[in-house]
Amino acid sequence: MKTRNEKAWFLILPVLILVAFSAVVPLMTVVNYSVQDTFGNNVFFWAGLEWFDEMLRSERMWNALGRQLVFSGIILAIEVPLGIFVALHMPKKGVWASICLVLMALPLLIPWNVVGTIWQIFGRVDIGLLGHTLDSLGIDYNYTQGFYAAWITVIAMDVWHWTSLVALLAYAGLRSIPDAYYQAAKIDQATRLAVFRYIELPKMRGVLTIAILLRFMDSFKIYTEPFVLTGGGPGNATTFLSIDLVKMALGQFDLGPAAAFSLMYFLVIMVISYVFYIAMTNLDKEEGGA
Amino acid sequence: MAEITLEKLAHSYLSDPKSPDDFALQEMNHVWRDGEAYALLGPSGCGKSTLLNIISGLLVPSHGRVLFDGEDVTPKATADRNIAQVFQFPVVYDTMTVRENLAFPLKNRGLPASEIADRVGRVGRMIGMEATLDRRASGLTADAKQKISLGRGMVRDDVNALLFDEPLTVIDPRMKWELRTQLKTLHRDFGHTMIYVTHDQTEALTFADRVVVMNDGVVVQIGTPEELFERPEHTFVGYFIGSPGMNLFDATIEGRKAVIAGTRFDLGQGYRTAGGRIRIGVRPEYIRLGDHGLPARVTRVEDVGRHRIVRLDLDGQEVSALVPEERSVPDGGTHIQFVEGGVNVYEDEWRVAPDTERQAA
Repeated sequence: MKTRNEKAWFLILPVLILVAFSAVVPLMTVVNYSVQDTFGNNVFFWAGLEWFDEMLRSERMWNALGRQLVFSGIILAIEVPLGIFVALHMPKKGVWASICLVLMALPLLIPWNVVGTIWQIFGRVDIGLLGHTLDSLGIDYNYTQGFYAAWITVIAMDVWHWTSLVALLAYAGLRSIPDAYYQAAKIDQATRLAVFRYIELPKMRGVLTIAILLRFMDSFKIYTEPFVLTGGGPGNATTFLSIDLVKMALGQFDLGPAAAFSLMYFLVIMVISYVFYIAMTNLDKEEGGA
Repeated sequence: MAEITLEKLAHSYLSDPKSPDDFALQEMNHVWRDGEAYALLGPSGCGKSTLLNIISGLLVPSHGRVLFDGEDVTPKATADRNIAQVFQFPVVYDTMTVRENLAFPLKNRGLPASEIADRVGRVGRMIGMEATLDRRASGLTADAKQKISLGRGMVRDDVNALLFDEPLTVIDPRMKWELRTQLKTLHRDFGHTMIYVTHDQTEALTFADRVVVMNDGVVVQIGTPEELFERPEHTFVGYFIGSPGMNLFDATIEGRKAVIAGTRFDLGQGYRTAGGRIRIGVRPEYIRLGDHGLPARVTRVEDVGRHRIVRLDLDGQEVSALVPEERSVPDGGTHIQFVEGGVNVYEDEWRVAPDTERQAA
């Protein structure tokens, strides 16, 4: 019989402690708040599922979720095709390939709040290059007051910040295609479009799955950039889920509802990402198998 | 199908080649006859893939011209040359079925659907994949994928030539044999001009009517497998083809006599040499052990089943000889003799024709 050595458990203890303090304990604190009510002074009353019930009926939360989905949908619809387009047109080797890679990576290195600040200034009508130019061209552009101007600016900012990520991943996928595929396509007299449709796109599927997943999760959690740029305004026009959440938790100090809100927020991201992942890997299997 | 002519063809990857060393392919003139199966044989890096890519148009030669049936195709793109090429690694379109893969080149050329269906069915039978026509190509084994690559070439029955760039590298040995046999059959039945690049001599010799041996960007010999074996034009062909390769002895020649390591013997024919470095090449198959001839010492015997390879030491030089299983091998001192007709004389690496051959020519 094999001797069992339970001491091995001690080896994963450090990880358990780390995860406990970094994820489990804070999450449980939120769970704790979500089922209680407090009037301060560390006095709590049991509230049960009341906050969840309230939040599910709150028009405010549904509106924020709707804005959030529209935002994620739009930026995915722009960034993924644009990223692929950029990747297809990047130089394949030589000095320019390296220069392009560095330039592409630059936006990714800029901290979120700095990105927000850059665009906040860039878009200002009085001193910003973009805002002032548009204004002097006679276009009515003011992201602090106009609904569409605010949305366009927030989306342009996200596209500027994150298309590089999609482009770099797609570029890596493209580079891994052996030359023989392109040569065979030439011999088969395939058009440029056919090469893209039947060689490049299928070979990029893996990296694109990752790119879409990452961009979806990140855009769904977006907070800092629109907060710095518009503060959620004008009105509630760009109040996405996390902006609303922070308003509720720190602005109004409604800890209970905010906790219930964030738990549901967390679940929504998990479920959507999971569904995404399953759908795309299943698609893979279908393509790969019989 | 077409006759392919290479005219003063040379290629350098450098923009301004000066010495011959700068060329990946040295200047060559060669005609690939219509409907023949050629093998392009040579060690890795000898320029054989470069030559193939020039013929298919994937590479534009820096010097010279390529002609298909007398028409200059040098500036023409691959797609316009109507050739088929099978690469080292199988190329299939992953998202398509086998049928769609085979139909792809025809679709791109805008053929009517009925004609496409007809030809795809025929090629499916040819490559033995009728049963799997409707499966996704990406889930298949490497050899099935390679068959599809081949099929995509065969489906256009008007191709000028079928080119193969080490197509069996990733195929397992048992399937290799089968696929090669299939290729031979296809060649016999359809008579395409075929050029098959490989570094494997067995592959080259079993596949081709004529083998083109290359080394260092130079075509050293073009001949039938038999010619390459019996009359290697260059010492490189001598030791590259054959297992083990040809033995080469430093020698001096005086008319019909030769001297190797101080021992004089009769060559049977006269040779005229120009004063270069003389070597005598004898294949291990043409060396006999016995009581007279050149004194040598047996150092090692390798039994490979059908025969034994005997390694001998002749005045410090290693010599290999093939001895049939039933014959005994002396240990220690013995003598070696050359079978008549198995001796080739080389001067500065190139073969010197004996006087009789010269008179005939």
